Amino acid sequence: MKILYFAWLKEKTKVSEETISLPNGVSDVTGLVAALKARGDGFAEAFANEAIVRVAVNQEHVGFDHAVADGDEVAFFPPVTGG
Amino acid sequence: MIFVQEHDFDPGDEIAKLSAGNTHVGGVCVFVGLVRDFADDGALEAMTLEHYPGMTQKQLEAIEREALERWPLDATVIIHRYGRLQPGERIVLVGAASAHREAAFEACHFLIDWLKTKAPFWKKEQAQGREHWVDAKHTDDAAALRWNKK
Repeated sequence: MKILYFAWLKEKTKVSEETISLPNGVSDVTGLVAALKARGDGFAEAFANEAIVRVAVNQEHVGFDHAVADGDEVAFFPPVTGG
Repeated sequence: MIFVQEHDFDPGDEIAKLSAGNTHVGGVCVFVGLVRDFADDGALEAMTLEHYPGMTQKQLEAIEREALERWPLDATVIIHRYGRLQPGERIVLVGAASAHREAAFEACHFLIDWLKTKAPFWKKEQAQGREHWVDAKHTDDAAALRWNKK
């Protein structure tokens, strides 16, 4: 699966894009976030306050209870501020 | 029509294009968003807009489709810039053309309100020699909510 990070999530994780295998036992965004957080350092910091992180699966806005599977494109970012 | 681009655009050209070749159009309404020269913590030097290319296109198309379904429109346009912008520069343009002004006004307002809460853009401000990511505003959420179908 492809994981993307934008704005300050990209700065904290120091990663803009990565390809990983779906971690064992992970079936939804909440599980994926827990797995990423467990890496520690910038990842733990980026997801320290999950309430201010938004997620898109396959380029659609979804909630943290949304399912994830290998082959998905998952993006993490702050609330949008365009316009 | 959707355009996500680094370069500037000409509002006059966009207004003309919205009714070009269509004498059924009775009114064109356009909103242009600009970079203002003040930030939360002082005078703004510049702003950098980041976006999520694939998703931006998809979200803007969905917003435009929704407007075309809700109002009797002859044409719509959304242009959003990204990259580094200076105070006074244009960031965004949304426009709608219709036989009647109410539809053009409402659709234009709807396009910018939904864009602000759904399109994946993020602003980073440079002010007083420092940089910071702009926080989303609750007032933008409230503005977008008013267009939810009852």
